Amino acid sequence: MKHQQYRLIIPFLAPALGLYALFVLYPYAQAIYLSLTGWRGTSENKPWVGLDNYHRLWNDDRFTEALSRNGQLLVVLPIVTILISLTFAALFTQGGDGVRGAGFYRVVFFFPQIISAVIVGILWSYIYSPNIGLLNGVLRALGLDSLTRTWLADESTVLWAIAAVSIWASVGFYMVIFLAAMQAIPTSFYEAARLDGASRFRSFRDITFPLIWETMRTAMIYLAISALDFFVLVVVMSQGPNTATARRTEVVSVYLYNQAFDKSRWGYASAIGVVLLLLTLLLSVVIMRLTRREVYEY
Amino acid sequence: MQTKSKANRHGWFGITTTHLLLGLWAAMVIFPFVWMVATSFKTDAEIIFSPWKWPETIQWSNYSRAWNKAHLGRYFFNTLIVIAGSLTGTLLFSAMAAYVLTRFDFPGRTFIFYLFIAGMMFPVFLALVPLFFLVKDLHMIATYQGLILVYIAYSLPFTIFFLTGFFKTLPGEVAEAAVVDGAGQYRVFFDIMLPMAKPGLIAMGIFNFLGQWNQYLLPTILMPDEHKYVISQGLAVLAIQQGYQNDYSALFAAMTITMIPTLLIYVIFQRRLESGLTAGALKG
Repeated sequence: MKHQQYRLIIPFLAPALGLYALFVLYPYAQAIYLSLTGWRGTSENKPWVGLDNYHRLWNDDRFTEALSRNGQLLVVLPIVTILISLTFAALFTQGGDGVRGAGFYRVVFFFPQIISAVIVGILWSYIYSPNIGLLNGVLRALGLDSLTRTWLADESTVLWAIAAVSIWASVGFYMVIFLAAMQAIPTSFYEAARLDGASRFRSFRDITFPLIWETMRTAMIYLAISALDFFVLVVVMSQGPNTATARRTEVVSVYLYNQAFDKSRWGYASAIGVVLLLLTLLLSVVIMRLTRREVYEY
Repeated sequence: MQTKSKANRHGWFGITTTHLLLGLWAAMVIFPFVWMVATSFKTDAEIIFSPWKWPETIQWSNYSRAWNKAHLGRYFFNTLIVIAGSLTGTLLFSAMAAYVLTRFDFPGRTFIFYLFIAGMMFPVFLALVPLFFLVKDLHMIATYQGLILVYIAYSLPFTIFFLTGFFKTLPGEVAEAAVVDGAGQYRVFFDIMLPMAKPGLIAMGIFNFLGQWNQYLLPTILMPDEHKYVISQGLAVLAIQQGYQNDYSALFAAMTITMIPTLLIYVIFQRRLESGLTAGALKG
C-alpha cells in the first residue's frame, strides 16, 4: 500500500511542481545570480561584477528618486484606502443591523477591482483629460474653475492623480474583507456595550477595532505590496511615447522594466528586482512586528 | 415600538449621512463606466464638443471599427485560445497537486506545500528578465504555448493554496469506501473527488479567468508578435494609436468590448467571486 501510493503521488505532483520549478523558482534564483553580473546588450557574455550593480544603484539618482516615489505611495495608499474602506464597512454594519441597499452598494463598490487595470487606466486618462474630461467638467459645473488642471500633464499632480485611481479601484475589495471580519463579531458584544451606555463611537473603538485588527494587518501588507508594484496604471496613464511627465511617475517597477527592455541592461535590472524583493520581505516583516498586539479570541 | 427604537438608535441624521456618503461613492464608481459606454456610441465630434450629452444616434460602426480595423476581434480570440489552455492546466494541475498534498502523507509534503505558498510572496518583477530569456531559449517567445505555460505556473501558488483548504473540508469517507470497493486511485480522484470539489474549482476558475484575462505585464514581455497580442496588450497599444488618430470612439468601443466578459461573469457569479477573491486575505 505504502509503495503503491507513490504511483499516484508522483504523477499527480509532477506537472505542477515541474512547471512551478521551471517558470517560477528557476527565474527567481537566476535573477539573484544575474544581479551579480554586468550582463548587457545582446552579448552572451555575463561578466561577474560582484556587488557592483548594487553599489551603482545606491548612487543612481534615477533609482533613488523612483524609490522615494514608492515610499510616498507606501505611506499614502494604505492610510487613505484603509480609512475610506473602514468607514464604509462601519457604516454598513452600524448598530448591527445593516443599511438598506447594502447589497447594491457592495456589488457596485467591488466592481472596479475586477476590471482590467488597462481599461481603468485608459478610462481615467480620459476622465482627467483637460477638455473632454469628466473631472474638469464636474469642477466647472460646480463653479470651481480654479481647481481645474491638466491632471496628467502637470508634474505636481500626475503621481497623485494616478494614486487616486488605484484607491478608487481597490476600496471595494478592502471594504468587503473588513465587512466580513466585522460580521464575524457576535452582536451580543454590541448589545452588552449598549446596555452599558456606550456610544457608537466607543463601541467601534473598543469592540470592533481590536477584533478586526488581524484583518487590518493583512490589508496593510497587501497595500504595501501594491504600492511597491504600481506598474500597470503608471505605464498606461503616463508612460506613453509623448508623455512629458513620464519621468515624474517613474516608480521602481517601471525603472526596472525600462532598464531591462529598453536599455538591455540585464544585470542591472536584475539587481533592481532583487532590491524590490528584499523591500517586499522587509516591509512585510516590519509591518507584522510593528502591528503586533494581543489577539483577542472570542 | 420597534421602529421607534430603531430610529432612536441610528438617528435621522445618521441615516441620511450614511446614504449620502455611500451614494456619492457609488456614483463615483458607476458614472465613469456609464460615461465610457455612452461615449462608445458617439461620433468623434460629439465626444469632443458635447462630452456630457447622450449620443444623438447610436453609432454601431464604432464597434465594427474596433473589432475589425483595430483588430480587437483577433486579440479577443487570441486571449480565448490562451486562457482555454491556461485555465484548464491551472485547474487540473492544481487540483491534482492539492489532492495529493491533503490526502496523502509522505516525506517532504509540508516542504512542497510551503514551496508553492512562497510563490505568493515574491514580486513577479524579480523574475522578469530571467523569465524572458528562459522562454526565449525554449523557443516559446511569441507563442500561445509559451504564454499558457507561464500563466499556469504563476497561477499555481494561490490556486493550490485555495484548493488544499477546500479538499481538507471534503469528507474522506466516500473516497475511502470507493477504494475498499476496488476502484483505482485515479478513478477515485476523477470520478469522486473532482465532482465533490466543484464549488472550489468554479471559484478558482472564475478567479483565474479574471486574472488571466486582465494580465498585462507577462504578455507585454512574452508576446511581442502583434498578430498574437492578447486583449489587454492590444487595448494599451490601441490607446496610444487612437490618441494620434483621434479615433476616440473606436477606443471607447474597444474598452467596452473588453469589459463585457468581466461584467457578465460578475453579474452571474458575484457572491462566489467575492469570496474567492477575498479568501486569501481572510485566511492568510
